[in-house]
Formats: sequence, structure tokens, C-alpha cells
Amino acid sequence: MSTAHKFLTMLEAVGLFVAVVGVILAGANRISGRRGDRVVAAVFLLPTVALVGVGLVYPALKTIYESFFDAAGTKYIGIDNYHKIFTDSDQLLVLRNTVLWVVITPFVATGVGLVYAILVDKARIEALAKALIFLPMAISFVGAGIIWKFVYDFRPDQPGVKQTGLLNEILVKLGGSPHQFLLNSPWNTIFLVIVMIWIQAGFAMTVLSASIKAIPEDIVEAARLDGVRAWGMFRYVTVPSIRPALVVVLTTIGIGTLKVFDIVRTMTGGQFKTSVVANEFYSQSFRAGNQGLGAALAVLLFVLVIPIVAYNVRQLRASEGR
Amino acid sequence: MSASTGDAVLPVTSTPAIAQVEKASKNAKQKLTSPWASLVAVVLAVVWTTPTFGLLVTSFRPTADIGDNGWWNIFTHPTFTLDNYRDALSSNSGGLGTNFINSIIITVPAVLIPIALASLAAYAFAWIEFKGRNLLFVSVFALQIVPIQVTLIPLLSLYVKLHLNGTFWTIWLSHTMFGLPLAIFLLHNFMKEIPRELIEAARMDGAGHIQIFFRVLMPLLKPALAAFGIFQFLWVWNDLLVALTFAGGTPDLAPLTVSLANLSGTQGTAWQLLSAGAFISIAIPVVVFVSLQRFFVRGLLAGGLKG
Repeated sequence: MSTAHKFLTMLEAVGLFVAVVGVILAGANRISGRRGDRVVAAVFLLPTVALVGVGLVYPALKTIYESFFDAAGTKYIGIDNYHKIFTDSDQLLVLRNTVLWVVITPFVATGVGLVYAILVDKARIEALAKALIFLPMAISFVGAGIIWKFVYDFRPDQPGVKQTGLLNEILVKLGGSPHQFLLNSPWNTIFLVIVMIWIQAGFAMTVLSASIKAIPEDIVEAARLDGVRAWGMFRYVTVPSIRPALVVVLTTIGIGTLKVFDIVRTMTGGQFKTSVVANEFYSQSFRAGNQGLGAALAVLLFVLVIPIVAYNVRQLRASEGR
Repeated sequence: MSASTGDAVLPVTSTPAIAQVEKASKNAKQKLTSPWASLVAVVLAVVWTTPTFGLLVTSFRPTADIGDNGWWNIFTHPTFTLDNYRDALSSNSGGLGTNFINSIIITVPAVLIPIALASLAAYAFAWIEFKGRNLLFVSVFALQIVPIQVTLIPLLSLYVKLHLNGTFWTIWLSHTMFGLPLAIFLLHNFMKEIPRELIEAARMDGAGHIQIFFRVLMPLLKPALAAFGIFQFLWVWNDLLVALTFAGGTPDLAPLTVSLANLSGTQGTAWQLLSAGAFISIAIPVVVFVSLQRFFVRGLLAGGLKG
């Protein structure tokens, strides 16, 4: 397709939807009265319900169904795919890596975000200081992966060969020898996790900073008059006051980390024992041609998200009830 | 980023009283006197910005230099060139010019369509009484937790059946479907904050839904629309999984993220192309993000996250 043709198609698409919305609105405008309201509601909701039904509900059910079938999707094999995920050595490695990601990322990213939010709170250049940490949020996971792959870049340890990766340069300058950061398991997974922490700390900082600023000044002042020092202030005033926000941040990052795909795909492609569930889903479904196992992995992601969301909702209920 | 923070309306900063501001500035002075605290903050800021800075510098270095030594050498031997960007933007083989165009073609409808449809749905949920309203709203909202991985294969075979495969429609429709629950949730929350009297008064004056929608609600909804617009823009522009699934096999449709991920995976990484390409893909969201940051933060604090 030529560029002009592409732009034309794009305008057609936007125009089509503007027309659909226009027709719906114009139609709704002619109907009045309380009974008419029900018709209007139905017409307003029709496109959404149809799209969400076709795009989310039906595919989710279909995938759950297919997870009980074999690689070609033709023969019913019961829970064999799930059995494989929890017994096959390659799949267990994928699970172990996913656990590493989900356990490390939320806590470290939230910790860094919280510390930074407290440190720069009310500082003179607070806005700029925050923007520096926040900016990675605008960068794609692919872009972040490339940025960090360059940091981890490796050159063989030979005379005349200079390191081009920052981390290996530092290692060499300190008298060590360069390290294959992305090749040696299990540490390579940790080096990938660092990228996710780098992205998510900004999110944690922004939400927690707003929450810290909402702590009533008189509570802080009272604690200070009682002689509470910096650490005590953090432990007994700041953290309890922002607990609901902490839970939201931890669970949100946890869910995002569970589904991490782009970073692994861009930096190692899931090789060198770095695959995670979301990446394995892609590899099995689209590369290895094992539809059944791919579907089971997708369902596993779905199932793992649910308890985190349930915990989140319960915490919110509890904090609202107080 | 991901789903469903419930009705997580976090405490948002309110304007402090003047006395508090004075106290606050006193606190600030106390804090800044701690050299350790300042040191930690500076170290964190440096660690967080250096990786990006390194690749940015690299994107302006001649190919030979990039392969020979580290980017920090520009401080002693400054050599700069725009060749990497020229090569990256060209539409020749290896260039990312086409992918850049594709990213734009994909993003514009994938942001506008869900906004239009979600506005209608959110209006119905917020201001029209009908049976089963709450149940339907909660159901749509709850769909935010469905990981998109679960939907990809059935959707792909559906698109094939409808002969949509190999067109931008697969990506536009998918992003619309995935974006709707969050869009409806955000817009509904903002719409609910609008005083009922305002809507009732307009109805009394004989305004129909169309007038209420455009004359009364639209002007008040601008921040909400902007908040969701930025979310969806960042999400679509930065997306890899959806694009890889539906356009991975069709280079003519592939956005920047897909070709960058492919380039990154090849042996003997072409850093000159990759660094410039990465910054072309990063530049646009960063500009949008910085200029509309207050809307983004407001959306973030209203619990709008997806994944």
C-alpha cells in the first residue's frame, strides 16, 4: 500500500465511526420520554456490548475451551496441557522466572518510588526531579529494552577491544572482566527485571507522592512535637497513612509484571532460559505451533491475575469502610 | 501497566492553606539539610537517566565510532552526525520510514474510535436509568482484568474468516475492544461528578440527548477525554504484542515497535540504526506526555490503568 492510500484508509475508518456515532445520536434525539430512554440506552450501548462481546468475552471462552485440546487443536486431551506446564522442565523454568519477576519487580519499584517521592518532596526542583524518574513511563517496553540492551552490551575480553556497554566498562575499569549479562542464567532474568523496575518506579513515585502530599499537616506536626524522628516518621506516620495507595501500586505493578512480554521478546527473545509465561504463550502459539499449550498458558495468566485483583478490591473495601 | 484498581479514587492533593505552605517550606529546609538524603536522590536520578542518555548520544555518533568504543568517549572526542536518523527514516530496505507511517496510521483511529464509542456508553451508564444498568456496568468494568493474551488466537481466526487479516482493521478493532472497558470506566467516573441539576435543567429546557451530550457534557469532559486519550495513545503507540500478532507477518502494516524488536533480535546488532530508530519511536510519546502530563497524572490517580 502506498502512504497516501494508507492515510486514505485511516480517514475512511475514522469517518465511518464518526458516521456511526452521528446516526446513533441523531436517532436518539428523536426519541423522548421515559420509555424512550430505554431505547436510547440500548442504542448507545449496542456498539460497546457488541465489540466487547466479540473481542473479549467470546475469545476468552474459546481459549479456555481450546486449552483442553492438543497442539493442532483437534483432539481433546483433558488437563494434559496444564499438567505439562507444572511438570515439564522447560515449563517449570518459565514458571520460576515468572515468579522471580512478580516477586521482585513490585516491591523494588515501589520501594524506589516511595523513597524518591519522600526525598524530593517539597524540594526546590521537585517537578524536574520527578520528571526524570517519570519519563521512562512514556517510553515503550521495546524502547526500554533497547536502551538497556545497550547498557548490558558485551565485547570479548581481548587486547585492543574496548567495551561499548556502560556496565561492562565500569566492570573493566574496576579491574574485573566483562560479563555476558544477558546470557548467563539465572542472573540474566534479574537483569531483565531491572528494566521493568526502571519503568515502573516512576508510576509508583507519582501515585505515592500525591498520596504523601494528602497526609494532613497537623498529623505530621503532632508527631514531630512528640519527638518522632525521620525513621519513626516514615514507619509510623507516612507508611500507615498511604497504605491504600501502596496496595494499589503494588498490585497494579504486580499484574503488569505478570503479563510482561515486550522486554523479554526484545532483549533475549526468551532464549538463555529467560522466558516467562506471557512470552512462552507467544512462542508456543505462534512460533512452535502448539495451540493447546499456548491457550493453557494464556488461561494460566488469567487465573493468576484474579487473586491479585480480588485482594486489591478487598483492601479497597476495607479502607473505605474505616 | 495493568487493570482494575476498582473504584480506586486515591486521595488527590488539595491546595494547602497558606499557613501550611509556610510550614511546608520550613520542612523542606530541614529535609535539604540532610546531605545523605540529597545524595541518594541525586544518585537515583543519575542512575535513572544515564541509560537513556547513553543511547541518545549513540544515535548521533558515526557508525564506526559506535562499534569501536563507548558513548562516553564523546566527552573527550566529540563527533556527531545525523546520518543514523537519515538512514533510519528512509523507506529503503532496513529503513524504518514505512513503519513510522504505519505507527501513525494505527494510532489515530485506535485512539479516536474507542473515545467515541465509550462516550456514548458512559453517557448511558451515567445518565439514563434502565434495568440491569449496574450489572452491565460492573461486567464491562470487570473485563479489564482479561489479559489480551487470552483473546489473541480466537480473534485472529475470526479476522481470517471475515477476510480482515492483512489490513489495519485487525489492529484498529483489537485496540478498540481492549481499550473500551477502561475508557468507559474513566469517562463514567468523570460524568458522574457532573451535578445532576445541570442535566435536569437542560432536559427541562427541552434539550435532547444530543444537545446535552455536546453542549453540556463535552466541555466538562475535556480533562477526562484527554486523560484517556493519552493512556490509549501511549498504549497503542508503544504496543508490541497486538501489532506482532496481527501485523507481524505483514511488513507493510508493521509499526515501529515490531520492526525495532526484530532489529534488536538480529545477530550483530546494528546499533546505529537501532539507537536512532528507538529515539524516533520514543520522541513522539515523550512530547505528548510532557505537554499533557497533568491530564495523565489525573487519570492515573483516578485509577485508570490497563494492561
